[in-house]
Amino acid sequence: MAKTIEEINEKIKAGKAVVVTADEVIDLVKQKGAKKVAQEVDVVTTGTFGPMCSSGAYLNIGHSKPRIKLGGGRVYLNDVPAYAAFAAIDIYLGANALPDDDPRNRVYPGEFNYGGGHVIEELVGGKDIRLIATAYGTDCYPRKKLETWINIKDINEAVLFNFRNAYQNYNVAANTSNKTLYTYMGVLKPNLGNINYSTTGQLSPLLNDPYYKTIGIGTKIFLGGGTGFITWQGTQHNPDVPRSENGVPKRGAGAIAVIGDLKQMSPRWLVGTSMLGYGCTITVGIGVPIPILSEEILAYTTVTDDEIFAAVIDYGGAYQNLQPGIIGEVNYGQLRSGRVVVQGKEVPTASLSSYPRAVEIATILKEWILSGKFWLTQPVVPLPGIDSGIILKPLNERPIEE
Amino acid sequence: MAFSRRIVLHFPRRLVNRPIVYRLIRDFNLEFNILKASVTPDEEGLMVLELKGKQEDYEKGIEYLTKAGVRIQPLSRNVIRNEERCTHCGACITICPTGAFKLDFVTREVKFCDEKCLACGLCIKACPPRAMELHF
Ligand code: SF4
Ligand code: SF4
Repeated sequence: MAKTIEEINEKIKAGKAVVVTADEVIDLVKQKGAKKVAQEVDVVTTGTFGPMCSSGAYLNIGHSKPRIKLGGGRVYLNDVPAYAAFAAIDIYLGANALPDDDPRNRVYPGEFNYGGGHVIEELVGGKDIRLIATAYGTDCYPRKKLETWINIKDINEAVLFNFRNAYQNYNVAANTSNKTLYTYMGVLKPNLGNINYSTTGQLSPLLNDPYYKTIGIGTKIFLGGGTGFITWQGTQHNPDVPRSENGVPKRGAGAIAVIGDLKQMSPRWLVGTSMLGYGCTITVGIGVPIPILSEEILAYTTVTDDEIFAAVIDYGGAYQNLQPGIIGEVNYGQLRSGRVVVQGKEVPTASLSSYPRAVEIATILKEWILSGKFWLTQPVVPLPGIDSGIILKPLNERPIEE
Repeated sequence: MAFSRRIVLHFPRRLVNRPIVYRLIRDFNLEFNILKASVTPDEEGLMVLELKGKQEDYEKGIEYLTKAGVRIQPLSRNVIRNEERCTHCGACITICPTGAFKLDFVTREVKFCDEKCLACGLCIKACPPRAMELHF
């Protein structure tokens, strides 16, 4: 029995929708069978909570008296540079931005204690942020200097806009070299000393809808503790990768760009993050509802960790040189057991995203839908699928000759 | 039994195979927990102990160890987890040399067993949201 999103929304309004999380649905189908569950359940909620680098926020701080044009000038928020290349008082702060005087990796491995992600966390948490700006001054915007506190409740807009989040599967990182590596995948000990992985597997949004049959542009989501929307595919969206029989990609594949009102969000779900020797970023909470429109769509949501495979990539040289560096393939069930065997060696594993927090996100989203405060949207356009012709290209580097 | 201390013992090579710690129980009535024991590449012995007993017995025991040639350091640094900041990701699990972080396979939460912690400090900077804090 096929349903439509309108029918599900009617049930949500009437307080009659049946909603379960992506890990609850697995046992439910085991108990009751797919046919029955596809009829009974209206929505399956997913969640993920991990470091997501291509994230940031744009702010409109309101006009000062006299006016200043920040675009083309320089702006710092708590000493972290924001991007000032727009109209007078619009700025964008990226999660990886660092204070000019941060030692970075000059003292190796750099600690990266405070950057853009931390400023966003504090802004969302309602703390005052110190803004220092210089501008060149124009006839209409004469002011050249601005030093002020700003607070999220006073500024006109504060919008989270992340252009690559919630990766559909990702590399599992290992290190076969004989030296410790400090990477965006965490600290990797030498000689296959440990393995780090990053998605929430069976709870992760795009792994529960592998062919993007329900998730698309315009899908309303849980974002950073508030509601947001998917605005586009994420950069590097790459649907045409090897997939298992169940359709689930075995490599990093799709991704989403998301947007939402920062003023509704909470620092519990936007956490400033420091990757030793790598840089600053932000840990973002995202939850996507999947409408159970058919038995086929339900089947995708019942995927378990044991059925999701990922490549173990060697960050001890191959990754840096854009070589495949695949030294094994493992599933998330194995990864979550705490140990996997790679190249004949038993290696301890650790996760970079939080499974318990992802469960919490899926549960919050479920409660929002059950209480009628969150309804579903019909995507305007689906995300580009495997037939879209998208090919992930390396840089075509050409020497510049004068 | 109220008195307890954590200490780091460095044994010079000549003492590595001698039953020194054993005498702490026999002669000084002290209870102990071995938190870590290893022999370093240059064959110095290293042991982290928690000693419990009467304070006067503890002091006599320490005097005995010092005379025997054991170098003693107090383990006064304390590593604490800021529960507000910990996201239970698990990145620390493979970092800690003593296995002080344990994954609960049911809830998937990461348990911090501070009695296993040696205050080595490795997890402090490896924890992405910086939830691990060193207190003196
Ligand atoms: S790495 Fe930090 S945040 Fe993650 S589980 Fe360990 S203490 Fe918690
Ligand atoms: S300080 Fe060292 S011993 Fe203590 S928990 Fe952290 S890594 Fe483990």
